[in-house]
Amino acid sequence: MKKIIAIIPAYNEQEAIGEVVYGVKKHIPEADVLVINDGSADLTETHAKECGALVISLPYNLGIGGAVQTGYKFAKDFGYDIAIRFDGDGQHNPADADKLIEPIESGRADVVIGSRYIKTDKGTAKPYKASFCRLLGAKFFGFITSCIVRQKIADTTSGFQAVNRSVIEFYEDEYPSDYPEVETIPLLYRAGFRILEVPVSMRQRQAGKTSITPIRSVYYVLKVLLSLFIGLLRKVPQVRSKEDA
Amino acid sequence: MLDRVQIIFLVGLIGLLIIVLELVRRKKLKEEYSLLWIFTVVVLLVLSIWRDSLKLISHALGIFYPPNALFVVGSLFILAILLHFSVVISSFKKEHQELAQMFAILNLRLEQLENRISKAVKNDTEKKSPRPPFVVPQRGSK
Repeated sequence: MKKIIAIIPAYNEQEAIGEVVYGVKKHIPEADVLVINDGSADLTETHAKECGALVISLPYNLGIGGAVQTGYKFAKDFGYDIAIRFDGDGQHNPADADKLIEPIESGRADVVIGSRYIKTDKGTAKPYKASFCRLLGAKFFGFITSCIVRQKIADTTSGFQAVNRSVIEFYEDEYPSDYPEVETIPLLYRAGFRILEVPVSMRQRQAGKTSITPIRSVYYVLKVLLSLFIGLLRKVPQVRSKEDA
Repeated sequence: MLDRVQIIFLVGLIGLLIIVLELVRRKKLKEEYSLLWIFTVVVLLVLSIWRDSLKLISHALGIFYPPNALFVVGSLFILAILLHFSVVISSFKKEHQELAQMFAILNLRLEQLENRISKAVKNDTEKKSPRPPFVVPQRGSK
């Protein structure tokens, strides 16, 4: 039996966190649920604890990257084999968790990304209503990263990911700070990990406010572009050779 | 043979050097962060005393009034100091993030450990019961 951990970063998500924890426990009862409370000023910590999650409370806000990485560090320390990440706002549907975990359990992939833009036989799993800017940004980053990794990645900004033990160890010392999802894909590719995308349906956020504002998105786009290209000039440790894949 | 602008520079630079050294002496400034400051001041001092060097530089740069070359060199050093600070801040950020993560994880482990201990203690006392309840002796009671 593989040890599974669900990592849920949450920043001021007191309205949504309970339902997320509850949903994850219901759909993957064998998993330990870990909420990373990223310096919330509200009752996120209490609500998560009441729903029976393990809670790591950061002393101050580190941002999404720092919070998620805390979860991977914990997962590494406690010998988990699979880590699956959900957003704390409830946009990822825990009912899809098996779709993400199964390819890792069977060893078909090292990283599985739940993608909202991927097409299935029946069309898109469930059309995700994204704003124009969001779609444009997603397509743009999708194009660039797909070029870098020479594999079609439809949803590069999805935080709905399941990873195996070697990726947990990789993430423990290499995880970008804000908007980490886009930046990790080239890193994973260059380290030799196999990435798989599966279609999932994402809900609009249940409650709380998105952390993304227009000015911040401009900053993010520029910052992520810079990290993407400078990242290409860095050496990435080759963890897994393509041959034994 | 010193002209006014030279005297102003000399006084200012020596004052700055004294301030920097005094800050280091009082341990308000760490040695490693003072080095770049001291180096800057020394270079500017040399340039302002040894006027021919300044003339050489201003000629090479196409600057008509040699003291302006002093400003150019000074600004370069200030840029270097600022860049140095950005690097230091970045490494601080990385370190404080690691520290916060470690702290938070340890906090959870401690909490779990405490729970486990208190549970074990509870079980233990239940097994060994009946056991006289432990009474804290009151101060002054006979």
